Amino acid sequence: MRVRPSPTSGATGCLRANRRVGCRRAGLRWCLVACAALVLASCRKTGILDPQGPVASAELLLMINTTEIMLVVVVPVILATLGFTWWYRESNTRANHSPEWAYQGGIEFVVWSIPALIVILVGGVAWIGSHQLDPKEPLVSNTKPIRVDVVSLDWKWLFIYPDQRIAAVNQLVVPAGTPVSFRLTSATVMNSFFVPQLGSQIYTMAGMATNLNLQADKPGTFPGLSAQFSGDGFADMRFTVTAVPAGDFDGWVAKVRGTGSALDDPVYAELTKPSRAVTPTTYRSVDPELFGRIVDQTALNPEKARAGRAWCPPIRQAGG
Amino acid sequence: MLGRLTWDAIPFNEPIAMAAGGGAGLAVLIVLAIITKNGWWPYLWKEWLTSVDHKRIGIMYTLLALIMLLRGFTDAIMMRSQQAIAIGGAEGYLPPDHYNQIFSAHGAIMIFFVAMPFVVGLMNFVVPLQLGVRDVAFPVLNSVSFWLTASGSLLINLSLVIGNFARTGWLVYPPLSELAYSPDVGVDYYLWSLQISGVGTLLAGINMVSTILKLRAPGMIYFRMPVFCWTALASNMLIIAAFPILTATLAMLLFDRYLGMHFFTNDAGGSAMMYVNLIWAWGHPEVYILVLPVFGVFSEVIATFSGKALFGYRSMVLATLAICVLSFMVWLHHFFTMGASADVNAFFGIMSMVIAVPTGVKVFNWLFTLFHGRVRFKPPLLWSIGFMVTFVIGGMTGVLLAVPPVDFVLHNSVFLVAHFHNVIIGGVVFGLMAGYNYWFPKAFGFTLHEGWGKASFWCWFIGFYLAFMPLYALGLMGMTRRLQHISDPDWRPLLLVAELGAIVIFCGILCQIVQLYVSIRTREHRRDLTGDPWNGRTLEWATSSPPPSYNFAVMPQVDEIDAFWEMKRKGAVAARSGYETPGYETFEMPRNSPIGFITAFFAVMIGFAGIWHIWWMAILGFLAAVVSAAVFGWSEHREFEISAAEIERMEQARLAGGGAA
Amino acid sequence: MTDTIFPAAARTELVPGRGGGGPASTRTVVAYGFWIFLLSDIIMFSGLFAAYAVLSGNTADGPTGRELFNLRSAFIETAFLLVSSYTCGLGALSAEQQRRDRFYLFAALTFILGAAFLFIELTEFAGMVHEGAGPSRSAFLSSFFTLVGMHGAHVTSGLLWLVYMVAQVAVKGLRPHVLRRLLCFSLFWHALDIVWVGVFTMVYLMGIR
Repeated sequence: MRVRPSPTSGATGCLRANRRVGCRRAGLRWCLVACAALVLASCRKTGILDPQGPVASAELLLMINTTEIMLVVVVPVILATLGFTWWYRESNTRANHSPEWAYQGGIEFVVWSIPALIVILVGGVAWIGSHQLDPKEPLVSNTKPIRVDVVSLDWKWLFIYPDQRIAAVNQLVVPAGTPVSFRLTSATVMNSFFVPQLGSQIYTMAGMATNLNLQADKPGTFPGLSAQFSGDGFADMRFTVTAVPAGDFDGWVAKVRGTGSALDDPVYAELTKPSRAVTPTTYRSVDPELFGRIVDQTALNPEKARAGRAWCPPIRQAGG
Repeated sequence: MLGRLTWDAIPFNEPIAMAAGGGAGLAVLIVLAIITKNGWWPYLWKEWLTSVDHKRIGIMYTLLALIMLLRGFTDAIMMRSQQAIAIGGAEGYLPPDHYNQIFSAHGAIMIFFVAMPFVVGLMNFVVPLQLGVRDVAFPVLNSVSFWLTASGSLLINLSLVIGNFARTGWLVYPPLSELAYSPDVGVDYYLWSLQISGVGTLLAGINMVSTILKLRAPGMIYFRMPVFCWTALASNMLIIAAFPILTATLAMLLFDRYLGMHFFTNDAGGSAMMYVNLIWAWGHPEVYILVLPVFGVFSEVIATFSGKALFGYRSMVLATLAICVLSFMVWLHHFFTMGASADVNAFFGIMSMVIAVPTGVKVFNWLFTLFHGRVRFKPPLLWSIGFMVTFVIGGMTGVLLAVPPVDFVLHNSVFLVAHFHNVIIGGVVFGLMAGYNYWFPKAFGFTLHEGWGKASFWCWFIGFYLAFMPLYALGLMGMTRRLQHISDPDWRPLLLVAELGAIVIFCGILCQIVQLYVSIRTREHRRDLTGDPWNGRTLEWATSSPPPSYNFAVMPQVDEIDAFWEMKRKGAVAARSGYETPGYETFEMPRNSPIGFITAFFAVMIGFAGIWHIWWMAILGFLAAVVSAAVFGWSEHREFEISAAEIERMEQARLAGGGAA
Repeated sequence: MTDTIFPAAARTELVPGRGGGGPASTRTVVAYGFWIFLLSDIIMFSGLFAAYAVLSGNTADGPTGRELFNLRSAFIETAFLLVSSYTCGLGALSAEQQRRDRFYLFAALTFILGAAFLFIELTEFAGMVHEGAGPSRSAFLSSFFTLVGMHGAHVTSGLLWLVYMVAQVAVKGLRPHVLRRLLCFSLFWHALDIVWVGVFTMVYLMGIR
């Protein structure tokens, strides 16, 4: 009934069936170990692995705990897979063979229970974590938060400080140890505001505002990026977050007020034109209502602002 | 006259596109020339292009998938190379507008034109054989479905040489995909190509569900069906439930772009968030459409090559149906960071974990199938073991991503990219390769060369880990996806390892090409004379290899699960014949029909015309399609009869000739 | 072996197409497959319904449903469509009874009522476009025109199909395969009715509140 097995190629150079599989298993183990070692060795403590704020720290802890819980099941399953395959190989006459055994209630019960218990545990962790780390929720702190409005443009980031009435492009300066309450929108397509070392990202979308709360615990410089693809200049949508000692922040604000241009409507209109790898700049003054007008889509559209409810969008010509 | 199509559409100034397109075009011309020179057109037309035989259609689907795999993988290796070179200020060799098309095409092609056709092809070939029947419920519709998929594939390939492709990612999120930000033909190519092939897939889903629920051999109650048929049923039910959502959503985006509507635009009240919800309401079931049949493949392969029945059959069925239902309740986990409330995020996160329960049950049941078995290390089993090890890692990272606060820092990073490749390659691709090696002898009458098969497995396995484990690390280090250039030089070593992994996978693909070539050249040494090369358990192994066009001269009476195994055990199987044959009866088989190919022709015409705004051509194509359907609908004599005497004659000849048809 | 632990049905079902009865008849398979197609079509409509539900308030400071919808004509066209379903049913019964003359009569009535429905709908659309409330005015109007228009496109296809079926009956007679197709047409026409009830309720009745 069976087709005669064809000679295998000398993939490993081993001869007998047992040793061939043994070589394969050994080779596989070596490969996995090498990969893991390589990955771990190259894994520098940056990004998410180097949290610099309470949100990022909590999220990293959650990630590690969840992984550990799951490894309790995953590692034995992988070992069992390799072990069973090896031990019950055809050439092993010492192994038991039960060709008719296809059901056992006790095993079925355990087989359903183990994943269910893990999921209940991790699910509970997820429920609690989701509520504690809800981006909209203000951070628990004795320090009064500062407000920053974020606008994603093509292809740079605009940061407006509505209370200080200054603005900056591609650089975000915040006082260390102070919660920052963000409102975010997009003047173009979807983007995602993300500073890995500070924690959660959130999408920015036109016509609406999202909310985020983060904090940098200590002074430092952290890279920020957009995490939602937005077009040709996407890879250059990087910005720097600088956390200055809390006392120095007002000094920085005063310095900004003394230099650079104002972010008035014509300057903003220039800013909305597509550009990439924009050098970080600051603006000495900005209309605190600018963010609201961007969300309403009246910032560039004075007719719409004047017309109010009677405004009619132009019919877009299809056909590109 | 030709809409917005001009000579500028051909990318004369882009050497890479010209080389790729030119090379592909040349390959096509060479193939066509060889066919013409050898006078194979009449044979191809009569036996393959107009075939309504599920086996031939299944083979054509698989061939389409393997060819598109070459294009999709070329995109992959180009992306990896760009990211390995363009670090710390270097620009690489792919400017952003080209790179952005490549990663969009890579995703769209791999999901829609590699994974889907391959899965549908396997189901098409195997399910009627396993059910003990002669064809699917609607054979002509089956042909139409295949040709619609092929039409979509042709359109997406045309975008390489005429015009350009979308630069938005594989799901073309608005507002980036709206006219304001993507005014050129790229997104239109995507939309028309997927809309056409989506209709084909939906029709195939209807066909397969009707087949499994209404056409089974006598005695085959539901709980005697092979597990692969259960998973095919679940997958096709998902197709029926999910693909219409894709059709509606792509239609809305088409209306935005063509008729100036405002479903997803930034102005006039459009909601891009709604697109994200709708597309993922399709998108998540889609990945289960891909993975469920592959789970079925593993159930068949592991049982066969352990020489044991699948452990916990009813549990497996229950788990499959649970996954089927649950897959509709998790879609929001693709955009936890879009700003939903904590309650909503937590709900979907927990549901996403719940779906890991039946999946875990399946893994355990496979383990216990191996337990106390007699394991034979044929290539299909190697792919299965590779899957079990790899998929649980992917599943683990999936559950990790399902915790919303963890997703807040990992969303859209290359950690996510590593996760979904982990489950798609480790799950879907490994399963498709296992199924391909497993059922190849049934389809063609000879087994594939084992050595090259094992070599290809090891290359894919090692290559996968080299290519994607670094991406897990890079994601943790803060690298996001879809970057045309990398700013942090520290990431270079890991990106080089990833590039190496892609090259090793490429070696795996080369091994498979060599395997096919060598197998065909030396097929006489590996003829399957009994129809049962693996000592199988299910009914497809009861036929010869390849089976006659009618599959079973007499429909088998099924009394047990693993019907063929039981037949062999009861000695009902003669040494070479397959099974005892009571009296033959006359039956009808469907005639071949050109309507599938004709539909494809007009579908391509309509799609191309729609993309380039050649309105007269679109209207003409549409009218011609309607007329063709009307003419076909008027035709009679769509079946032909095979008399009992004729069957007896064919069967005697087949058995005397040693099983080869 | 599974059967010894979980015994199979006491006796194997002997109805073709059910359980272990073997393959179903062609008529059953065709009707079943068509049903499933209709279910998928309803899911497609549900995607459009969902879009309408989300966007119905996004009028972009333009015309609202309350300003635009004429409930009287909506009632009339609904009545036409529902009655056409009735005549379609009568036509199907006539066909099953091999009464060609009555079949033609009810097919004609179905066509006239369906065409009347379409006429009223197209008039409504033309009026709205004329007033500047076309599909490109706002997201609400985009979703309105698409949902209602997609239903209208299905009705149009149905009318064309009906004409084609009448031609088939005239030339080929009421043979089994023609009857199967008439069965599919009836299912299609009734399903359009069901969808319209949803449209009428969600768009017109709820839109004027």
